[in-house]
Amino acid sequence: MNISLTIKNKRRLSAFVRYGLMIILALIFALPIVFMIVSSFKPHFQLLQDSSSLRAFLPVGDLSVNNYFDAFARAPISLFVFNSVLVTVVTVTLGLLVNSMMGFALASMRWKGKDVMLLVIIATLILPFETIAVPLLMVVSRLPWIGAGGITQGWLNSYHVQIIPFIVDAFSIFLFVQHFKSQPYELIEAARIDGASWLRIYAQVIVPISGPVFATAAILRGLFMWNQYLWPIMVTQSEQYRPVMVGLGYFYQLSTSNTTGILPWGEVMAYLSIITIPIIVLFLVMQQAFIESIASTGIKG
Amino acid sequence: MAQITKVETQNQIRSSKWPIERNTEAITAWLMASPAMILMILFLIIPFFLAFYFSFTNQRLISPNPTEFLGLQNYKQLLTIKILRLDPIMTESGEPVLDEEGDFTYIRERDITRDPDNPQYAGLQRWDSWDIGKTRFSLLASDVVFMKSLINTLYFAIVIVPGQAGLGLILALLINRRVKGVNVFRTIYFIPVVVSIVVVSILFRFIYDGDNGLLNSALVFITGGAFTPIDWLANTTTAMPAIMLMSAWQAVGIHMIIWLAGLQNIPFTLYEAADIDGANAFQKFMYVTWPGLHNTAVFILVTITIAALGLFTQIHVMTRGGPLDSTSTVIFQAVRKGFDMQNIAYGSTISVVFFILVLSVAIIQRYLTREKSS
Repeated sequence: MNISLTIKNKRRLSAFVRYGLMIILALIFALPIVFMIVSSFKPHFQLLQDSSSLRAFLPVGDLSVNNYFDAFARAPISLFVFNSVLVTVVTVTLGLLVNSMMGFALASMRWKGKDVMLLVIIATLILPFETIAVPLLMVVSRLPWIGAGGITQGWLNSYHVQIIPFIVDAFSIFLFVQHFKSQPYELIEAARIDGASWLRIYAQVIVPISGPVFATAAILRGLFMWNQYLWPIMVTQSEQYRPVMVGLGYFYQLSTSNTTGILPWGEVMAYLSIITIPIIVLFLVMQQAFIESIASTGIKG
Repeated sequence: MAQITKVETQNQIRSSKWPIERNTEAITAWLMASPAMILMILFLIIPFFLAFYFSFTNQRLISPNPTEFLGLQNYKQLLTIKILRLDPIMTESGEPVLDEEGDFTYIRERDITRDPDNPQYAGLQRWDSWDIGKTRFSLLASDVVFMKSLINTLYFAIVIVPGQAGLGLILALLINRRVKGVNVFRTIYFIPVVVSIVVVSILFRFIYDGDNGLLNSALVFITGGAFTPIDWLANTTTAMPAIMLMSAWQAVGIHMIIWLAGLQNIPFTLYEAADIDGANAFQKFMYVTWPGLHNTAVFILVTITIAALGLFTQIHVMTRGGPLDSTSTVIFQAVRKGFDMQNIAYGSTISVVFFILVLSVAIIQRYLTREKSS
């Protein structure tokens, strides 16, 4: 009796410690984001004052949406959001098409050059974008483009310079190959016997049963594109084509010293909230798909 | 030919005995692969080889002069380091000349590097120095900022790799239980992953601020006022650790999920067997969990290392390499030289060095995962 009681108590204690630890960690991960959202509704001086107490995380005091109005007045936020949405959506959509076709050809079809292609793709998996950013800048600055005004040289300051280089993605191709290979080959054989062309098999047999892998590729690529920073700071000198992350430059100046007094922090928090909350909501709605996407990146090891 | 008239079995369609069928298959395959192939060649493979090519030239983004071939000069400029041995300055009578504090005095390094009589030291600058006994050893480098950046990058990687992987594992172990509310915690730990690192960097500029920062407020509160506030990002010793902490905070959710997938791949029967053998929780971790996570561990360590070596965004948003180059990194220098200064050749040289770093990490991964299967 006594012994079982102590075991029970021990269990309780360890559960208590574990929950305590989990709650402290949850606070560490959540509070900065809570602070960001709450602060976006506070006037500048209250924001600074509240930062020295727990009020920093509470929606108290003189709350308003003024920061949002001011932020929109200070910077062309709608334009930046439009640019980011456009670049992300177009790149992800074209990427799904191009990468899945390559994946299908590699997984299900016989052709010479397939093995070499697979090798190249696996090799490029470890190639970080940072390695090629500088020479790629040189390449795009020399490429010709046919637009409304005839043929022009150089892709800098445009949408296509942010889209076209990122359509193809070795990891997406890799995901598609893995997935298509796991589909029963009988499906393809049956369709071949019925006289279906390869393109039709891809579009009408394979794609319709591959929803989850398309979702995975879209989520990973979408996050990558929405968060792009290194590339757009190099290729969007002109404000017209700037995405949201680069547009942030409107709100802070270059300085490493104490900046809280100088920056319009309320507006900054409003801007950060505008470009972050939609993604967090999207994540909360499609949580399972997000988490499975991230888990899928680990399989390749 | 006779085979065509036969009724084909499924096997024969698949087999190579039907040349027309095979041709259409190959042609369609090429057509379907070609968009990805062309884009890959144009925007991945060509730039990759151009990085090597440019690193041997003086290519600039825009230049009226033709590009020249320089051989290894960029690499020399980037990587040369030399150690200079200096003896104390002596008077004619052989007594050392002391300064006001009674320390030995030495010739300034730049008097040597600028001396035309010492061409082997030309163009070098002082990076650091140590006094051992009476002798001073000065470390000279031709690109001191790059050398500092390389060290900073390695410092960042050495701390962040075990730190972030370990924290991710702890989180995964905490939530790898079927108890109430565990999914809520998993969601909360994961949220920073979907927040852009640019957003996080700006948010943490406020958190790390010296006057009104939340971190200082929290530390003052916890220590009951004993803590003196620090301007975390303006201090050479605290800037990099502050950035490390923030980076781990933002990305650890990814590794938590990957560890979790690894944990859930370990067959439950192994734990049951360990229970029967009377293993305690620690033994179960050491002899069942950890060996079962070998490949996951290698994968996680390698991906964090490669990401850590590419550290750029946080630096560009928060410190621009400062204070005193204490947070400058390899990629930050590549962008500074290649883009800000439009020196494509030098930026490419840095990219090549970065690639070699990444490649060595990948080779180590290969070696570690092979060891297991043999």
